[in-house]
Amino acid sequence: MLHIKNGRVLDPASGTDANRDIWMDAGRISRVSPPENSAGAPTSSNGETLDAAGLVIAPGFIDLHCHLREPGGESSETIETGTRAAARGGFTAVCPMPNTRPVNDNASVTRAILERSASVASTHVWPIGAASIGSRGEGLSEIGAMQKAGIVAVSDDGKPIATAKLLRQVMDYCHALDLPVIDHCEDASLFAGAVMREGKQSVRLGLRGMPSATESIAVGRDIQVAELTGCRFHVAHLSSRDSLDLVRAAKKQGLSVSCEVTPHHFTLCDEDVIYDSRFKMNPPLASAQDREALIAGLADGTVDAIATDHAPHEAALKEVEFDRAPFGVTGFETALGLALELVHAGRLSLKRMVELFTTGPARVLGRKRAIAVGEPADLTIFSTAHPWTFHANQSASKSTNTPFEGRSFRGAPMVTVVGGRIVYRRDV
Amino acid sequence: MAERLHDLLAIEDLTKEQIAFLLDEAKPFQEFQRHPLKKLATLRGKTVALAFFEASTRTRISFGTAASRLGADTMNLQAESSSLKKGESLLDTVRTLDAMRPDCIVMRHSSSGSADFVARHLDIPVINAGDGTHEHPTQGLLDALTIRDRRGDIQNLNVTIIGDILHSRVARSNIHLLSRFGCRFTLCGPPMWLPREFECLGTGVRRCARVEEALEGADVIIVLRVQQERLHEPALPLDEYIMLYQLTPQRLKIARPGALVLHPGPMIRGLEIDPAVADGPQSCVLEQVTNGLAVRMAVLFVTLATGSEADEAKGSAHAAH
Amino acid sequence: MRVVEKNQLMSATEIDRTLQRLAHEIVEKSGGTANLALIGIRRRGVPLAQRIARSMNAIEHLEVPVGTLDITLYRDDLSKIAAQPVLHSSEISFPVDDKDVLLVDDVLYTGRTARAAMNGLFDLGRPSRVRMLVLIDRGHRELPIEASFVGRSIQTSAREIVEVRLHEIDSEDRVMLVERVE
Repeated sequence: MLHIKNGRVLDPASGTDANRDIWMDAGRISRVSPPENSAGAPTSSNGETLDAAGLVIAPGFIDLHCHLREPGGESSETIETGTRAAARGGFTAVCPMPNTRPVNDNASVTRAILERSASVASTHVWPIGAASIGSRGEGLSEIGAMQKAGIVAVSDDGKPIATAKLLRQVMDYCHALDLPVIDHCEDASLFAGAVMREGKQSVRLGLRGMPSATESIAVGRDIQVAELTGCRFHVAHLSSRDSLDLVRAAKKQGLSVSCEVTPHHFTLCDEDVIYDSRFKMNPPLASAQDREALIAGLADGTVDAIATDHAPHEAALKEVEFDRAPFGVTGFETALGLALELVHAGRLSLKRMVELFTTGPARVLGRKRAIAVGEPADLTIFSTAHPWTFHANQSASKSTNTPFEGRSFRGAPMVTVVGGRIVYRRDV
Repeated sequence: MAERLHDLLAIEDLTKEQIAFLLDEAKPFQEFQRHPLKKLATLRGKTVALAFFEASTRTRISFGTAASRLGADTMNLQAESSSLKKGESLLDTVRTLDAMRPDCIVMRHSSSGSADFVARHLDIPVINAGDGTHEHPTQGLLDALTIRDRRGDIQNLNVTIIGDILHSRVARSNIHLLSRFGCRFTLCGPPMWLPREFECLGTGVRRCARVEEALEGADVIIVLRVQQERLHEPALPLDEYIMLYQLTPQRLKIARPGALVLHPGPMIRGLEIDPAVADGPQSCVLEQVTNGLAVRMAVLFVTLATGSEADEAKGSAHAAH
Repeated sequence: MRVVEKNQLMSATEIDRTLQRLAHEIVEKSGGTANLALIGIRRRGVPLAQRIARSMNAIEHLEVPVGTLDITLYRDDLSKIAAQPVLHSSEISFPVDDKDVLLVDDVLYTGRTARAAMNGLFDLGRPSRVRMLVLIDRGHRELPIEASFVGRSIQTSAREIVEVRLHEIDSEDRVMLVERVE
């Protein structure tokens, strides 16, 4: 049994923002009450009490988009190391994308991932299944069987779902199964060999760039197919103002369209890119104007979730010329710190920030996320003030490919609770 | 006194004083090319590693000759025989070379930023002989030297560059160098290879669609070669290119009288440049080659002829008579 | 490195008189001046060579060609200095082959400059004879080099520096003995 006292509970589902004491038992929340009513509350000899004075208690954060690399890419990350890093970042549940080796395109791979997670993962692992076999963009994968095995959504991430025709088939299918389809929106011909966003910086550096339309053309296509099929559609790692405007218009129309933004996209822009592959990811860092629009979208509700797209690559893979390096940066442990930068700058309210990590992603998956009796005992307890500096070599991830090496933050995840167990506690 | 040069990675990183210093240091080496005995002992005992991961005959020979005329030895790595083909990474290849203790590495590679990448991992000086589509610093310097010799000065000139600007490291190096001296640039070429962002590289840079308009008032014309090996995209039909952009004698007349014609080479006569212009009195192509040798000798001299602060303390504090 | 002036070795008048005397000596000891050429070693050898040529012209109405030689590329101690070396061009407008060359410099010390100058000279051609003229010979030779024409010989210590100032480069004509102090 776990008892947390003196914390400030911020629960978007109920609108609570007040001091509350919480008791958890057998993996569920058993009691929530204001501190003055706590006298006479049950205590247990084998229970633990945590004093959360000065800290914020939110429902457990969910990361809708990450890469755990297992099976097949264990030199870069494993389910164990990745989820440990996620727990250090305050996440209680993560959704790994299917581009493993083998690709998660059938029930036995899904089951293998879940079995492994049950034995070593620090957080819940809710896998996303591939839309097409091998994510090759040809035939449909065993989506129904995978759903029985436990996937929560479908995507060919790493790549876009190859054609409008395939997308329609996938969406028709998933609509019937009530599974959301997540697409990595990208027009392959406009992307063609690009390594960063087209603009003044790509011209200066002599690096091949892709225009903003590379993403928004695909977003537009996908929204129309979603409308056609009625399927729930979610835009992965949305990075541009044009894409955001399309999502906003679709929502206004009443369509089931949602989107996520990564912390590196709301913090950096293409002018930050240097000849260092820790700044190379897909979609690439966009323009300063795009970044402004994304921050506004986070605040006004057009953006539903912050998702890290944690994409670890071992040093040997990334320590090469910019052109040749694989795309991707890690993100679990810096996500909250970067989001709090927006809160401290007055761009985002704390409540809105919590929504983006909790009820927002939950809604995309068709779930609830709340601090209430009977709800899963998943909590993210964080400080909005604790000063710390991020060093990649101190992270739990096996990989160090992050553009935020050495960045100082104000505010950090302090304690992460999954299923009523403390899976992470910061050393202070 | 110009700030001490360690690597030469990009013109963009150099101050105006450093550029002027390098151009001045090249002059004695221009004269040197006329000596009957073209062999110095200045860099005797030093080794220059020539790591050319991208095929290049002219620049490699130019740097190799520059090194040996200064008395240095060379280590030669060429793309065709490169272990990169066997899957060895750039970093490993360069570290292997470095383990043989050269005094500097002259590098050409097809990835933009590769020289910067290697310089971050090695202590010895790295001289960029062309990195992808980013920069070709010694080309910028030799073009400036050629212009200065013919015109007396490189200040405030109108320079027109014609060709595939987007993929040209020569264009970038020239723009970064000459705009430091107040030169104004008119860029002209196939529109899909002439993005608007080039105008952000300097206050006096503008784009122009038609070559006739681009040549008006030009003091210097730099003709770029058509880079067939660099085209990822559908190629422009060559006849189109000739019709729209070839520098013909008639088009040359539009420029200022006596306007200089430069070309980084190798030229394809009849494609980007009419043979009469290539061989005419306004063409500077052969001087560019000679000046390339002088510039590269100057760069190697400045990089390698000196010791460290530690060596200075050990040796004499003033030149011995 | 700080320097402290110790004493004056030559005044402007003394320099002038010495150069005149040397001009006479050259004519006397050259066995004919038809192929004579003066080559001043940068920096201060240059104005000295020019002054001597003018004297020879005034005394004997001789037109002796004067060239300048930059020896930076021929120095044997480049790798011991940390500052970036500044190169200047040599300017020798006459062919060196079969010339009777007189190298001119301000101070002869270890002899390494003279050796570098000869290397540079021989890269340009094959003179029939090479001799050397210096204003001051301060001893401490490290190579087998001698000057045929010397303005003044003085004894110095290694801590001392002979500073020749010439109005073409410095603001005055003077030869000073200065000392290095820590």
